[in-house]
Amino acid sequence: MVAFTLPKNSRVGTGKTYRAPAGAKRVRRFRVYRWNPDDGANPVMDTFELDLDQCGPMVLDALIKIKDEVDASLTFRRSCREGVCGSCAMNVDGTNTLACVKHIDEIQGDVMVYPLPHLKVVKDLVGDMTAFFAQYASVQPWLQAESAAPQARERLQSPEDRAKLDGLWECILCACCSTSCPSYWWNGEKFLGPATLLQSYRWIVDSRDENTGERLDYLEDPHRLYRCHTIMNCTATCPKGLNPAKAISEIKKLIVERRS
Amino acid sequence: MTVAYPIQEHVYDAVVVGAGGAGLRATMGLAEAGLRTANITKVFPTRSHTVAAQGGISAALGNMAPDDWRWHMYDTVKGSDWLGDQDAIEYMCREGPSAVIELEHYGVPFSRTAEGKIYQRAFGGMTTEFGLGQAQRTCAAADRTGHAILHALYQQSLKNDAKFFIEHFAIDLIMDEDDGACRGVMAWSLEDGSIHRFRAHVVVLATGGYGRVYQSTTGAHTCTGDGGGMALRAGLPLQDAEFVQFHPTGVYGSGVLISEAARGEGGVLVNSKGERFMERYAPNAKELASRDVVSRAITTEIREGRGCGPAKDYIHLDVSHLGEQVLRERLPGVVENGRVFAGVNALQEPLPVVPTCHYNMGGIPANIGGEVVVPRGTNLESPVPGLMAIGEGACVSVHGANRLGSNSLLDLVVFGRAAAKRAEAIVTAGAPHKELPKAAGEPALARFDRLRHARGGIPTAALRQRMQKVMQTYCAVFRETAHLDTGIAELQAVWHDMADICVSDHSLIWNSDLVETLELDNLLRLAVATIHSARNREESRGAHAREDFPKRDDERWLKHTLAWVNADGAVTIGYRPVHLKALSDDVRAFPPKARVY
Repeated sequence: MVAFTLPKNSRVGTGKTYRAPAGAKRVRRFRVYRWNPDDGANPVMDTFELDLDQCGPMVLDALIKIKDEVDASLTFRRSCREGVCGSCAMNVDGTNTLACVKHIDEIQGDVMVYPLPHLKVVKDLVGDMTAFFAQYASVQPWLQAESAAPQARERLQSPEDRAKLDGLWECILCACCSTSCPSYWWNGEKFLGPATLLQSYRWIVDSRDENTGERLDYLEDPHRLYRCHTIMNCTATCPKGLNPAKAISEIKKLIVERRS
Repeated sequence: MTVAYPIQEHVYDAVVVGAGGAGLRATMGLAEAGLRTANITKVFPTRSHTVAAQGGISAALGNMAPDDWRWHMYDTVKGSDWLGDQDAIEYMCREGPSAVIELEHYGVPFSRTAEGKIYQRAFGGMTTEFGLGQAQRTCAAADRTGHAILHALYQQSLKNDAKFFIEHFAIDLIMDEDDGACRGVMAWSLEDGSIHRFRAHVVVLATGGYGRVYQSTTGAHTCTGDGGGMALRAGLPLQDAEFVQFHPTGVYGSGVLISEAARGEGGVLVNSKGERFMERYAPNAKELASRDVVSRAITTEIREGRGCGPAKDYIHLDVSHLGEQVLRERLPGVVENGRVFAGVNALQEPLPVVPTCHYNMGGIPANIGGEVVVPRGTNLESPVPGLMAIGEGACVSVHGANRLGSNSLLDLVVFGRAAAKRAEAIVTAGAPHKELPKAAGEPALARFDRLRHARGGIPTAALRQRMQKVMQTYCAVFRETAHLDTGIAELQAVWHDMADICVSDHSLIWNSDLVETLELDNLLRLAVATIHSARNREESRGAHAREDFPKRDDERWLKHTLAWVNADGAVTIGYRPVHLKALSDDVRAFPPKARVY
């Protein structure tokens, strides 16, 4: 259940400030959320001044520069640095996105960096994704078919049927959408959230999958599906340009259609 | 040690380290075979770098035109510059179609032909009828094939209810000095900081490549060759480490990959004079020559002053003539990467590209069943009991001196599956475990603790950058004795300075400073093995181009390099013969000949 004020031990204080090196010409301030599970202290916002002339173009480049040259204890996930692995999802400049594809020069003023909202924080910018991945597993996101696959050759799928998967299968499970959804903040234990629903729809519309009925049965539930109130933060924030809100509305349509 | 670490004990039949394409395929197969299996991975499975593979997975399905696994085998042998083991290559190419069909049955969203079959595109070095025509053999899911495969394999692991230890960092192997066997692995949980000892009848290293030894790489930050580092520390050699593939088209500046699919679909390379220069270097195959050939051509163009841009230090890759529909349908990732990382609209303008470190042909020596092999007495390929290696971190060797594009995804699933089959044959599910050697895992924890509390003067990142710079400067596309010697000396200084490293985060929960330091400890060993192997091989073959030895020399060098790195960073070199015979009588082996594209 969402809380309206932060509990005392979560209130964010002011942290340290690290000045830009002397002679820096193009200075930007990065204000970064810090929380250390070991010291029992409240979270703080540290301020790092960087010379953008000495830094790569992306927010991830800035975070890595801070870690490499200013404070090696700054903790965040990252891997591919090209927007395909989903590790560096975080809240930058008020929007959930992948730090590796977010250009610093798209941001006005100080660059504010927080972990994804409403995840339990493990350390600094690392959030606990356990529940998110468990929800993903709950929709049984694998091909289910009663009819045996043909021997020694592929199942056939027309280009038109295959095209129905476009905009769905590219999801990288970064959780930007789900953690941007107020309904998910409120009912994250029961509402599956946009990412998982999009993934479920990816199998529902796959012409090779034969378990549409059971999949819809599982979703037809006041919480799992219908906590979506078409707020559409999910679609606005998706760093891959996907449209989870549309996938959810398609699921709702299919449920209505099968009733009539 | 400053404190004793409480250890959580685990007992499994099999433990897989790494959850990329090979690790997940092996995990699935082991679980299906009824072996109690755990997978230890430092990143969530779908974050593994297989996700970034773009162009496709090769297999002679013949969906576009007649094809034959023998032609695929020939191409792979030639691509390897005859250093690949032909029995292993036969195995991979024969298994290709069934491995890809299996992926389709798992739900991989392959692109389709009009008839509804898996779409296959042209790729470099892939030919028909033993070099006569250009093959369309690379099975594609748009230009995000690795993503499609990795997610499908993770989904299958969920279906098979495999046990994962996610965001656990493997520290070291537990080796039994009595019989040289591997008995398990030590690991560290980032989430809660706890230490874990895994016992297993077989440990499968599926830890990927080590692109991060170079300054500019298409590899992820996590491509740090942890399995190779662990193997070297366990006294095992690395095979063919000198063979590092530079992909012709990394985005200038960031090093992000532009898929070979761009050229497979008809993209062309152009220099500052507007000349399609590949016509000079590879008159037949042009842009679709093997990657080493194209990378050398680009590097030569730049060196001779025909590069593009203000500093004349990149080349243009032009796909704009392919038209919006082809680009949107088949190369959406190329367009996206161009826009995000080069600020270029590929629909209208050429992309600035440079050769960028991409793939390690070398790795932990393994046989067709995935078993790690070392020379022992007269047996040059004696299996190490209890230890397997698969994927990019292994060297079977199917790629020899140069890997063909789209053969790596195939390598992952074919040998992931093969290792599971072999483990099923040699491990009895639930069999009792031999007693662990005394102090098992203690050296690993001592190293862990020492690095955790290292309070020297050089931050991890600074030392890592020095190593990367040395490798980039002295051991890249072109190599030469004097340069390599300088590189070796400078790398030895880096090794020396490892004793003066500084870790500033001493905590246990999500201490990514320590993770990066443990990774550097792995990378540095791999860098040392690589540059020494490169210095040692006095010929040019595949991706290893020695300016002072420009010819391939089969008389002296038709053999695999083995490199052991000792505790001081000194390297011992050995050799293993190349398998020049096929596996079966269904194909005649291909004797070495000149390699022309």
